[in-house]
Amino acid sequence: MCNQTVGLVQAAIEREGIATVSVTLLREVSEVISPPRSLFVPYPLGYPLGEPKNSHIQHRIINSALSLLKRSDVPLIVEFNPADGDTPSGDSS
Amino acid sequence: MAKYEEMSLSVRLFMRNYPFSRYRVDPVPCYPLSRPLRQARIALVTTAGLCPPGLPDFNHQLRLGDPSWREIPGTIETASLTESHRSQSFDHQGVAADRNLAFPLDRFRELERAGIVGQLNHRHFSFMGSIVGPRPLIEETAPAVAQMLREDGVDAVFLTPL
Repeated sequence: MCNQTVGLVQAAIEREGIATVSVTLLREVSEVISPPRSLFVPYPLGYPLGEPKNSHIQHRIINSALSLLKRSDVPLIVEFNPADGDTPSGDSS
Repeated sequence: MAKYEEMSLSVRLFMRNYPFSRYRVDPVPCYPLSRPLRQARIALVTTAGLCPPGLPDFNHQLRLGDPSWREIPGTIETASLTESHRSQSFDHQGVAADRNLAFPLDRFRELERAGIVGQLNHRHFSFMGSIVGPRPLIEETAPAVAQMLREDGVDAVFLTPL
């Protein structure tokens, strides 16, 4: 339900004219709720920034998410691939 | 990777039958970042149920979920935040070890110091995501927080679930 709540709060903020990007752990939920921009990360529930006390992976996820802020082709879900470099990959929908 | 199949049977059945599509965002609002990141004011919003010291925990007794928010001062020491999320459908140990796992304020402070983002807002916000009946969230509390962020002059918001 966290992922639904994020999407609903995200939409409310974007309606105020503020660019938003979220991290999602459940792609199925985000695809239905359809928030403006979301980075899908392949981690278990409870681990949206990857690993505790691992600032490297946390920064990589943040940087990938922030790179989506300029995109206007919403709704947009991009997949974060930990095996890639610092560039997010995947499709958009 | 988080999959329905890894959740308990009761959570799985609930999720399978929950009418997510009823709350679909339509039309999807869109405001691309209006200035470069290095000049932008950034705020964080999490649904991890984090509470700063001195504020009441989220209410676990509300059947449809607690739609309220907690304001997190920008000066907070992240380790002082308590996690009071009611859901037992995920592992709480990670965020207990490092709040940045769901509320990466220390990472954004590093980005601010490095000049990668402009400045962090003087406050951030936390909800508790276990909201089964989200109408009060959609109609009242989320718009109220959004309005505060606009009044603060925030340019971009980074949101995280738990």
